[in-house]
Amino acid sequence: MRADHGKSETLVELSNAGLHRGGRWLVRGVDLAVRRGEIVTLIGPNGSGKSTTIKMALGIWKPDEGAVKSKPALRVGYVPQKVAIDWTLPLSVERLMTLTGPLPESRIREAMQAAGIEHRAKAEVQTLSGGEFQRALLARALAREPELLVLDEPVQGVDFTGEIAIYQLIREIRDRIGCGILLISHDLHVVMAETDTVVCLNGHVCCRGAPAQVLESPEYVRLFGARAAETLAIYRHHHDHTHLADGTVRLADGTITDSCGHDDHHHHHHHDHDHSHGHQHKGDA
Amino acid sequence: MLDDFFTRALIAGVGIALAAGPLGCFVVWRRMAYFGDTMAHSALLGVALAVMFQINVVAGVFVVATVASLALLLLQKQEALSTDALLGILSHSTLAIGLVMVAFMSTVRFDLMGLLFGDILAVSKLDLALIWGGGAAVLAILAWLWKPLLAATVNPEIAEAEGLRPERARIIFMLLMAAVIAIAMKVVGIMLITSLLIIPAATARRLSATPEMMAIVAALAGAVAVVVGLTGSLQFDTPSGPSIVVAALLLFLLSIARLPWRGRRETI
Repeated sequence: MRADHGKSETLVELSNAGLHRGGRWLVRGVDLAVRRGEIVTLIGPNGSGKSTTIKMALGIWKPDEGAVKSKPALRVGYVPQKVAIDWTLPLSVERLMTLTGPLPESRIREAMQAAGIEHRAKAEVQTLSGGEFQRALLARALAREPELLVLDEPVQGVDFTGEIAIYQLIREIRDRIGCGILLISHDLHVVMAETDTVVCLNGHVCCRGAPAQVLESPEYVRLFGARAAETLAIYRHHHDHTHLADGTVRLADGTITDSCGHDDHHHHHHHDHDHSHGHQHKGDA
Repeated sequence: MLDDFFTRALIAGVGIALAAGPLGCFVVWRRMAYFGDTMAHSALLGVALAVMFQINVVAGVFVVATVASLALLLLQKQEALSTDALLGILSHSTLAIGLVMVAFMSTVRFDLMGLLFGDILAVSKLDLALIWGGGAAVLAILAWLWKPLLAATVNPEIAEAEGLRPERARIIFMLLMAAVIAIAMKVVGIMLITSLLIIPAATARRLSATPEMMAIVAALAGAVAVVVGLTGSLQFDTPSGPSIVVAALLLFLLSIARLPWRGRRETI
């Protein structure tokens, strides 16, 4: 299905990792590994320890129990959940690209283009909209051609078409440079479509596995409700193709066509056609 | 030439401004103005201790300012009080302790006004060497530290994740601030040191498109303020430190004046 990038190499591994702050465990007993070429997605309710887990994986916080191991000299690209830059700092999008190290000009252009922020290259980051800023941060992380790409809700504030395009971009990046990706996302339908492994957190690992497995696990249903499971099951039913941002469709075998091959597609499940499914199609309009 | 006190004051002031400008940009970007004030206020305590233990005054100020900043870091980690309140406590108590100690040491005559507001007459050739040597060292270290410190200023977590050790950058940055405070004290005085860090940086903001350019413009703006301020202080017989600060303020006001040929600048 995709090029083999030596998937076996583990980039980062958490074993029984936990972080204790302010008299309570923010998260505990997390076992998690990201291998080269693999997309691992963390899902879970607010306050379930997703960002905490990511920060332990990145070495920003040292775990209070358990261990975190990473490949020596691992090249990381990180898009945090929140970045606030004081307006007194004159920082253009272009300058932001080389914040943590020099990069070849061509790669900077390419990354800005891919993330759809090239037209704002000269703009100061404080003047960007939320979605534009998110794209700029993503471009910065991509331009580094990281071995491990860590994205904490990368599409917040990004519009519908952009959202889908960005998830596709993330997967293309993985396919092209073979990096491992650790992702936090609330877009469950996308998670199920684009991810190799889902880890569902709720202060601890509540369930994990390939998307299809997680959907069927009772812990998942308990956490997200039967409605979510149902919704995703319906989505999964259609998951033999992907609607691209430009209106074309990518089938399971990777070929791109103009339509998904069954014209009644938009209607034949209308009885339980909820927003998370419909939203896939907004890009077509 | 160096025998003329005014020339010495000019050279000293320009030297300080060149080091303080780029450093001050980080103080502004990181919103550490009050933090700088606190370190500066602890300088008087440094002077008193240096006299008491008969060590070099600049060294004494450097050590005490460093200790004050580290104490603040430790207190911040306790999370018992807000940083704002901690700074308020530390800033005024170190100043008060310094003043009390100075009062106790009746055998030594302190020029309190000189310490608090600067004294151009007091700049010796040794001070010049210290200011330019120290200033050059500060700038060299800042240039070496630039990438991790800037990355940590934008987002410490990105810096940490991508291997730039922001905590180390922050501690070195505080040492640099302590160093600048120690060497600048004689010219602008304890009460006004932070203004030399902040006002030229604020002046440079409107005139700069990149962080690097802002650092250079801030250094130049500070140097101009020193020359104008000291010349004014000689002319009108005003104290040197406040005169420099007034000149810096005038430059700042000029920089934010809306020039008729420049479009209105949008800020969020």
